[in-house]
Amino acid sequence: MTLSVSENMTPTRSAFGWAALARRAEAVVIPIAALLAGFAVFSLFLMLQGKSPAEFFALVYRAGFGTAFSWENTLSRAAPLLLAALCVALPARLGLVVIGGEGAIVLGGVGAGFAGVLLLGAPAALALPVMVVAAIAIGALWIGAVGALRHYRGVNETIASLLMAYIAIALMNHLVEGPLRDPASLNKPSTAPLDEAFRLGTIPGWDVHWGLAFGVIACVAAWVLIDKTTWGFAARIAGGNVRAAQVQGLPVGKLIVGFTALGGAFAGLAGFFEVAAVHGSANASLASGYGYTGILIAFLARHNPLAIIPVAILLAGFEASSGLVQRRMDLPDATVLVLQGFVFMAILMSETLYGRFKIFAPERWRTA
Amino acid sequence: MSFSPLSRRGFLKGSAAVAGAATLPNLGYADGHSPLTVGFVYVGPKDDFGYNQAHAEGAAAVKAMEGVVVVEEENVAETIDVQKSMESMINFDDAKLLFPTSFGYFDPHVLAVAPKNPDVRFQHAAGLWTEGMPSNVGSYFGYIGMGQYLNGITAGHATQTKKIGFVAAKPIPQVLLNINSFLLGARQVDPEITCQVIFTGEWSLAVKEAEATNALADAGCDVITCHVDGPKVVMETAAGRDCFVCGYHANQAPLAPEKYLTGAEWNWAGIYTSMVQTVLDGGTIDNFVRGGLADGFIKMSPLGPAVSDASRAQFEATKAEIMAGGFAAIKGPLKDNTGNVIAADGEGFAEDDIALESMNYLVEGVIGSTS
Repeated sequence: MTLSVSENMTPTRSAFGWAALARRAEAVVIPIAALLAGFAVFSLFLMLQGKSPAEFFALVYRAGFGTAFSWENTLSRAAPLLLAALCVALPARLGLVVIGGEGAIVLGGVGAGFAGVLLLGAPAALALPVMVVAAIAIGALWIGAVGALRHYRGVNETIASLLMAYIAIALMNHLVEGPLRDPASLNKPSTAPLDEAFRLGTIPGWDVHWGLAFGVIACVAAWVLIDKTTWGFAARIAGGNVRAAQVQGLPVGKLIVGFTALGGAFAGLAGFFEVAAVHGSANASLASGYGYTGILIAFLARHNPLAIIPVAILLAGFEASSGLVQRRMDLPDATVLVLQGFVFMAILMSETLYGRFKIFAPERWRTA
Repeated sequence: MSFSPLSRRGFLKGSAAVAGAATLPNLGYADGHSPLTVGFVYVGPKDDFGYNQAHAEGAAAVKAMEGVVVVEEENVAETIDVQKSMESMINFDDAKLLFPTSFGYFDPHVLAVAPKNPDVRFQHAAGLWTEGMPSNVGSYFGYIGMGQYLNGITAGHATQTKKIGFVAAKPIPQVLLNINSFLLGARQVDPEITCQVIFTGEWSLAVKEAEATNALADAGCDVITCHVDGPKVVMETAAGRDCFVCGYHANQAPLAPEKYLTGAEWNWAGIYTSMVQTVLDGGTIDNFVRGGLADGFIKMSPLGPAVSDASRAQFEATKAEIMAGGFAAIKGPLKDNTGNVIAADGEGFAEDDIALESMNYLVEGVIGSTS
């Protein structure tokens, strides 16, 4: 394929467009191909079990995306995952692998629940913002501390965040079973139930809570931050080469603490929505693994906040279909986890493919 | 991971299946005279030798009934997941009777889904339904503390060290009642016996359960029981340490045939089939149902080979007393293990006494603390 080139040998506007498109296409085509490869390997796995891949994918489609209820199911599950994935994706732009978002979700939820208890009887217009701030602040402190430990003390952020997640869960158990326990919550220790006025309803016309809308807004905002601001640019420089960033005089310490804290804030917000929109109080159900699924989503999205939205919805759709797959195909509930594992492996392996295909090289399209 | 066993022919057949995706498989049940669809949701694996298996055995009994289709889902978290699992059963399988079996499913999840589905009946395992809650929700539960009391009697006869052990999940009323009942049963045999308790903090956390069991064995306990979701680890670890074991939730005798004395089991098969029959007959299940040994809500595992004749005799006599009704395991004179009086002489709490549901103490003789 040849493109028209103007007489004076400067590339035309349309040639620049093709080049940019080729570069962007690589970031879309390779993950999708990897996803399909993951599905293919999983299909072999199903055939070895004597099950029909066609039936499996038909059920996944039907239960995850095939009906209005399926979409409500999928999007309800996606809501906390969007925010949890940001807790991984934001630090990742600085080259940090933070895998302990679960801790910020859990403690953010406790913070929101406790703030709600303190403000019992106050107007919702005051109480809800305070609950949000409490959740965000605790989440930011928790994961920001991981960034600070990394930058100032040289502690590995991956290990630190994971271990701190266990501490967070233990702390949450201590708080909801001890000082913050509602004495009336006999066999399911919880904080006191929230004032009905502090409960978040669903998005009008949909049986999906508001966490979804805020999760999508957060993803877009994070994308703007990273792609469209000097802060995001500085963070990407530091993530690419921290020495070069320091030589340039970029505030690497502030960037690391700031981005980890921001990631933690989003995870804390997820905890707020769990309490205000789902549970109505803080209890051990907050530790349900959203933080860990968020890791998978962020990696699948290659830490691009905009890509997190479709990836989170896809994985939530898999989880939404897990029940129907169990019921109709008599497959164990771990089946969907196996599928996620294959997809994750395929995506990780596809990382080596970037820059290998000439068709995606901008130069090829910038005919000289 | 190797896929070598896959033959070329098998691969081609599978590929053909993929290609055949256009002709979608039949996703619905053949609908002749529309059987009643009953859904069961479990918080853990349904073969956990414990809480979930007990319910799954009940589901299996329902499955054998005429005119009933059973759908099941395991490992469903106490989050929005369970709300959507129940709605999925209602939407895709047309379930009309649901058994969301985990305690934590009730508030807020069952209470959120029930009003949206007024023609579906929700039956939840715990005594949480109260007047004013949706009328299509029901609670049922059994007085299984009495089973732990009977466990205690066999433990009291079996122990040589006069120390028995209890691996517990959380210090909540139901668990505390089981611990206290286990010790008080043993003290019917010998008032010198003490019971050491270790709380793991989680309903299902195998590593801590194994550590706790080993710690109890190290401390000299020679009969061990538990209240966690899946007693498998406790039973196997304890038997491996040459301790006797008493079961809980389901029958764990296959895990430790020589060391298993008896066990306090749920008897959901009878309860579930009678509830399903009520619905099939067009009747309405009561919103609040509870019962004990006499009502068939709980049962005891068959006594193991290590149970002595004296033990068997006292076990059977006490069981008969319980079956007769009005029996109080928690009775005066009784103090808690910090010296506060729980019951004066002549005072007692029968199994259905509401005071037991807010239990917050460990009785004298239990080594451990509720906080």
